[in-house]
Amino acid sequence: MPKTFLKCGLAASVLAMTAAAGWGQESNDPIKLTLHDWTGQLITTNLMGEVLKQAGYNVEYVQADYLAQFAGLESGDLHVAMEMWETTGRDAMDASTATGKTEVFGPTGMKAKEEWWYPTYMKEKCPGLPNWEALKDEACAEAFSTAETAPKGRYLGGPVTWGGFDDERVEALDLPFEVIHAGTDAALFAELESAYQRQAPIMLWIYAPHWAPAKYEGEWVEFPEYTAECYNDPAWGMNPDMAYDCGKPFGEIWKVGWAGVKDKWPGAYEAIKAFTIDNAEMGAMITEVDLNGQTVEQVTAGWMAANEGRWKAWIGQ
Amino acid sequence: MATRPRITRRFPVWTGWVVALVLFWALWSYGEGLLPWAFDYPKSMRIPAARWISAFTKWLLNEASFGLFTFAEFTRFIAAVLDVPYRFVLSLLSSGFLKGEGSQAVQILPPLSWVAVIGSGALLGRYAGGVRLAALVAGCLIFVLVFGQWQSAMVTLASILVAVPLGVAGGLLLGILAFRHPWFERAIRPVLDLMQTIPVFAYLVPILILFGFGPTAAVVATLIYAMPPMTRITELALRRVPSELTDLGRMVGCTRRQMLWRVMVPASKDPLMVGVNQVIMLSLNMVIIASMIGAGGLGFDVLAALRRLDFGAGLEAGLAIVALAVALDRLSQAFARLRPEPAPVGGIVARHPYLLSGLALILVAGLAGLALPALQRWPAAYELSTGTFWSRVVEWINVNFFDTIEAVKNAVLLNLLVPFKRFLGGLPWAGVVALLAYGGWRLGGWRLGLLVAALAGLIAATGQWEKAAITVYLCGISTVFAMLIGLPVGILSAERDAIWAPVRVIIDTLQTLPSFVYLMPAVMLFRVGDFTAMIAVVAYALVPAVRYTVLGLKSVDPRLVEAGRAMGCTQGQILWRIKLRLALPEILLGLNQTVMFALSMLVITALVGTRDLGQEVYIALTKADPGRGLVAGLAVAFIAIITDRLISASARAARARLGLEAA
Repeated sequence: MPKTFLKCGLAASVLAMTAAAGWGQESNDPIKLTLHDWTGQLITTNLMGEVLKQAGYNVEYVQADYLAQFAGLESGDLHVAMEMWETTGRDAMDASTATGKTEVFGPTGMKAKEEWWYPTYMKEKCPGLPNWEALKDEACAEAFSTAETAPKGRYLGGPVTWGGFDDERVEALDLPFEVIHAGTDAALFAELESAYQRQAPIMLWIYAPHWAPAKYEGEWVEFPEYTAECYNDPAWGMNPDMAYDCGKPFGEIWKVGWAGVKDKWPGAYEAIKAFTIDNAEMGAMITEVDLNGQTVEQVTAGWMAANEGRWKAWIGQ
Repeated sequence: MATRPRITRRFPVWTGWVVALVLFWALWSYGEGLLPWAFDYPKSMRIPAARWISAFTKWLLNEASFGLFTFAEFTRFIAAVLDVPYRFVLSLLSSGFLKGEGSQAVQILPPLSWVAVIGSGALLGRYAGGVRLAALVAGCLIFVLVFGQWQSAMVTLASILVAVPLGVAGGLLLGILAFRHPWFERAIRPVLDLMQTIPVFAYLVPILILFGFGPTAAVVATLIYAMPPMTRITELALRRVPSELTDLGRMVGCTRRQMLWRVMVPASKDPLMVGVNQVIMLSLNMVIIASMIGAGGLGFDVLAALRRLDFGAGLEAGLAIVALAVALDRLSQAFARLRPEPAPVGGIVARHPYLLSGLALILVAGLAGLALPALQRWPAAYELSTGTFWSRVVEWINVNFFDTIEAVKNAVLLNLLVPFKRFLGGLPWAGVVALLAYGGWRLGGWRLGLLVAALAGLIAATGQWEKAAITVYLCGISTVFAMLIGLPVGILSAERDAIWAPVRVIIDTLQTLPSFVYLMPAVMLFRVGDFTAMIAVVAYALVPAVRYTVLGLKSVDPRLVEAGRAMGCTQGQILWRIKLRLALPEILLGLNQTVMFALSMLVITALVGTRDLGQEVYIALTKADPGRGLVAGLAVAFIAIITDRLISASARAARARLGLEAA
């Protein structure tokens, strides 16, 4: 027991010294990073946390709900949230930064892709895909229908909380589809898994980075490309009377956190701002964890070993 | 026949109902063109309650002050007080005693090893209930251990060990106060209804701001949710203490305090233990939501597993919650039954054999754990897992039986659920409010009628009518199904102990297994929608229907049953004429609780995509809009209160008719 004591004590003091040496006088309180319940976010947060530990910071991971966490970030109970998706968290983020108690630490470099998606085997029944105009064909829509929606096709949208304007899109593009909202993304993927096992028809909202596009073979529907005017200006696009006659936007994934981080841990603040990673790297890591059974820690350690130059630059070494 | 006395009243009771229903029907069928406002509440007259509540919460969080300190500082202080026992238990069970914070913390003392925890649990079991209980507790904990859930389970256990005693003590005290002071009872009843029925998501954001982010906020939320049944049962139990006992107490000269603690509380031990059971179960039920706001533990594992559709891992973590529940519940029940024995004479060893052997065990296990790490922490190589087994079971059912399941589901959906939903959705709000008022007046006087009408009117006035109708449809149908299943099962279980034992395990499992665990496979087989939501609600709301029926039937005075038998009643007559009638108060409490449980599942059903008030609350949470969430949450609570009051009133009326109670 005394031996372990000694070791731990030594390690701690070494860490403390490096911190002191590297960044001058910074707080030794733990920086609290929030963990949510999807793998990509766990990896991003773990990467950031491990990098900060390497720089000598005291780091603590705290489990918190994706949206409820803003209460904690504003009060300073929590400090950093590594993934706030433009597509799903924008409203909450804007509301929070407007209070002045939180700030955006810049983009993570990852881009959220969200769109209507179908498994490849559906192309046989609907040969015009991925072009969205194929969906206007009644036979094609019927291939996607169920007893409740027939003769219209059934499109399983994301939870209403994600927004996404799918009801408006269906109306604006005059698609013979009915939008059903799943309550959570777990329900969304449970339906996909179910349909995929039976090779049954399904059209649903899929987002990336996620393990689903890696596990299931399929593709995104190609809608007219998104522009800001499309959402704001009814005149834009093929339907002159309605907005939303285009696809969904690509969105940044932001880092946000408590506004006090800048003053309390200036070095860590710079490191968090510098953190970037791209979709391909993240997709590969998520697949390793969710489909190949590695732990998040193993995957982060692997990335750290392979990209030493990159993360050292974030912490100014 | 001619001698039969004529009814003196000019109109029989039902004429009023017929007139009311005919008027309602006329409004419903022909009123839409004439009185459009009776169908759609005019937007211009809506009460902006959401805005008011938002402003109020803002004021409460930022400005409210008691002079010396602000309201937020006060709640932070409570959080700090709660944090002390929590940290201690958590250190003991999971993290070890630490010096410093975060990743730089240094462990001074390791946590209790699994050997020590399982051993202590078994010793407690042996002490309170003998070898069988010891084996049960050890078995539950070993299950958690070998399935690799130990670390998370100890985090969960820590928060439960803090929340449950607080919930029981608080509930007991409130119940006693309600029993003693009728005004307090009247005041607290709506509060209890609100606590139990406002979905947790609705007040999550304010709680997080007030109590800080982390396990203590989760404990507070758990307390709010888990305490009401304890209070209700305490009050009911004290009221039912036979007057012979209180008379005896008075005769031997008990003081008020002695009368309460020495006579009445011990005499109502059995129903009180049902309350304790409910607090434990509801606390464990909150594990999932608690994990969303920083409590971690098993709830987090369940959520994470289901997000990657790993049904096996989700089920294992879920069953670990059940194992904890069973162990805690059986232990607490045994402790309650424990009769004080005369203290054995002798030295300290003879007087405290269990305490000392427990301490010795912890010490030895701790030292052994330092020498042999496998005794401190179960090695990962020996962990069991069902792996992909459950996913493959679901896949097999899905591939082979989906079409049959779909056909059954569509039949129920298209013939029962959808028509009922359309029917409720099309009713004019003004007519429903009037009808409810009439019903309330007939059943319980003008006060009840006014209350019911006011609450229903408020739902419409805050613009929640349409969503409320969907809520009533989903919960109503689920309650009917739950009662249809629960009552017969409860009656059978009360009659035969051989059935009660397994039924008890099943309902404990249903109540504590997070519905997420079976909800996602259900989504795979039944798709997203109302049917899946209904399955989840029925599975959960079934529990009180069974439990209270059994409680009521079992607490029927055996002398009355004997008397019935002596008078030559058949078994059926004893059941229908004696037992069920005497058990009516409990069965109705069960119905009341079934409705409450069904309503409390709204949050979960929102997760499979229903469009009811639960979804509204969920949207409000994601938009961090406390006003919107609380307005929808209050609408849920109003529905609950209306149902509760009408059920109680009709029960009173029925009993008065049967001569059980003065009208």
